[in-house]
Amino acid sequence: METTDNVTMCQYYSIEAGNFTLAGEAAGQIKNNLKQLGIDAALVKKVAIASYEAEMNLVIHSNGGRLIFKINPKVITIIAQDDGPGIKDIELAMKEGYSTAPDTARELGFGAGMGLPNMKRCADRFVIRSEEGKGTEVELSFNLS
Amino acid sequence: MLEQYYHSVTLDRGKCKGCTNCIKRCPTEAIRFADGKARIIGERCIDCGECIRVCPYHAKVAVTDSLSSINAFKYKIALPAPSLYGQFEKVDKFGKVLAGLKMLGFDEVYEVARAADYTAAFIKREMEENRGRIKPLISSACPAIVRLIQVRFPELIKNIIPISSPMEIAAQIAKRTFCEKRGVKPEEVGAFFITPCAAKMTVVRNPIGMDKSFVDGCISIMDIYGPLCSKIKKAKSEDVLHMATEFGVGWANAGGEGRSLHKNNFLAVDGIHNVIKVLEEIENGKLSDLDFFEGLSCVGGCVGGPLVFENSFVAQNRVRELKSSAQGNALTCEEVEKEVSSIVWRFQTEITSKPVMKLAEDISVAIKKMEEMNTIYEQLPGLDCGSCGSPNCRALAEDIVRGYATEMDCIFKLKEKVKMLAQEMIELSEKIPLGKETTSEEDVKE
Ligand SMILES: Nc1ncnc2c1ncn2[C@@H]1O[C@H](COP(=O)(O)OP(=O)(O)O)[C@@H](O)[C@H]1O
Ligand code: SF4
Ligand SMILES: [Mg+2]
Repeated sequence: METTDNVTMCQYYSIEAGNFTLAGEAAGQIKNNLKQLGIDAALVKKVAIASYEAEMNLVIHSNGGRLIFKINPKVITIIAQDDGPGIKDIELAMKEGYSTAPDTARELGFGAGMGLPNMKRCADRFVIRSEEGKGTEVELSFNLS
Repeated sequence: MLEQYYHSVTLDRGKCKGCTNCIKRCPTEAIRFADGKARIIGERCIDCGECIRVCPYHAKVAVTDSLSSINAFKYKIALPAPSLYGQFEKVDKFGKVLAGLKMLGFDEVYEVARAADYTAAFIKREMEENRGRIKPLISSACPAIVRLIQVRFPELIKNIIPISSPMEIAAQIAKRTFCEKRGVKPEEVGAFFITPCAAKMTVVRNPIGMDKSFVDGCISIMDIYGPLCSKIKKAKSEDVLHMATEFGVGWANAGGEGRSLHKNNFLAVDGIHNVIKVLEEIENGKLSDLDFFEGLSCVGGCVGGPLVFENSFVAQNRVRELKSSAQGNALTCEEVEKEVSSIVWRFQTEITSKPVMKLAEDISVAIKKMEEMNTIYEQLPGLDCGSCGSPNCRALAEDIVRGYATEMDCIFKLKEKVKMLAQEMIELSEKIPLGKETTSEEDVKE
């Protein structure tokens, strides 16, 4: 293994629940980072869309959490973690069009129920873990080479 | 390797007072300060002219051609931008502006607004061919926006409509028609764009979508305004035929291009900082049901160009009023068909991305640099004051990793350091043996 492959960068963004004014800022910063790192435009777009959806889910559905951006020369990883309320039926949540978004979010145009399916479509690897009452973690990976 | 790139926007060093007003307004963070003077980073500059507008000392200037430069050609054609029509008080006829322009020493005047009618027809063809495959298509009319996309939004390059600008189309039709009519050689004829902005001057030198521009020079509206006003007073509007339709003339204002396409589903945004916000949205896939996006660097559209004379809002209104008198004009299908096969109206070369923000070619190196940058950034005060000569703290951190600046450029960091050193001095001075000090004092007394 080449030594250069061990280079890893990691950034944490803490995401406030229900704050729609700040929503999207973390994903925007991740996008700018990727551009500065010289990542191919088409891949930047995929990561940007997925991290935006992940950030929005934290804002809309969780009690607050973190968005984590990691990159090494081989792979980009986006992790969205929160401390509740968790998802009861993951299979149902993954269905296109399924949404429990409250009216406050729907009024702003969110709640199409496409977030999780879109994340899965954009990423090369998609893992979701959740426990009701505990929290949710979504991990997305994107191959660089 | 950094390519040498011509820019119309330049700095008049003598006039620069080092006030840093411009660094914050620059949409591509292309300005830095060193030794109390601004410096424009060539690879980043998109010639939008924001710094020209904001500089209180008029130290940012646009280099354009002088009126006398037309004499390098035996025959001269003027190509007035549609925004020129909005510049004159109490001038209610297009013909007067055109005839006045001719009196300044041109052999012929061809309206870029007329060419805009052709451009609109070509874009409509392109849109039909595209059939909604790419959404939204993005206008290529404003060169500052095309450069912005090359520098900051490479993913959107494929959305740019690959059709030549009205200026290039005007130059071709005007030159050919003139040569046919007069029986002269093309190389004897020079076509000069009467420009509202620096971006157009730059695009003539560094064309977009073609290897060489058909335009031979650009004269700024500001420079020509005085002499033209006096000619207009004596001009007879019948002398030059005004042919542009109201839609072609409408290109002077923001939204004019969109309206000339007769599509409802278009969005026009003016002012470069507003355009950036919308391009972000498009990049995030938010406006994928939109057919056409018209982004213009200047507030109000080209009537708000940095090199115009009149206030943007006044000029916009004047163009709107004038437009109604162009209502009789039309562009026929036959006329369009004729030009389709005789001029270059599609881009001949690809638009490439200019990733000047990239930290390094190699991804491992880039990641390391970004980490370093983040560490430095965390140490900075986060005030984004610009006193260091970089537009904000983040940019300073970036400049430090790129090797163009040091932490001590931050005045707060410098203050800290000075304080620390002063403290150290005090501590050291306390260690100086007393005996010696007394002797020296006595020396002085004696
Ligand atoms: N972090 C989360 N915590 C709790 N529930 C979540 C979380 N993320 C997603 N969900 C659930 O999954 C559903 C589907 O999510 P998504 O596909 O993003 O659609 P939308 O956000 O439009 O509702 C949500 O409506 C919500 O019930
Ligand atoms: S909006 Fe018009 S005047 Fe302003 S930079 Fe673009 S082309 Fe030039
Ligand atoms: Mg969602």
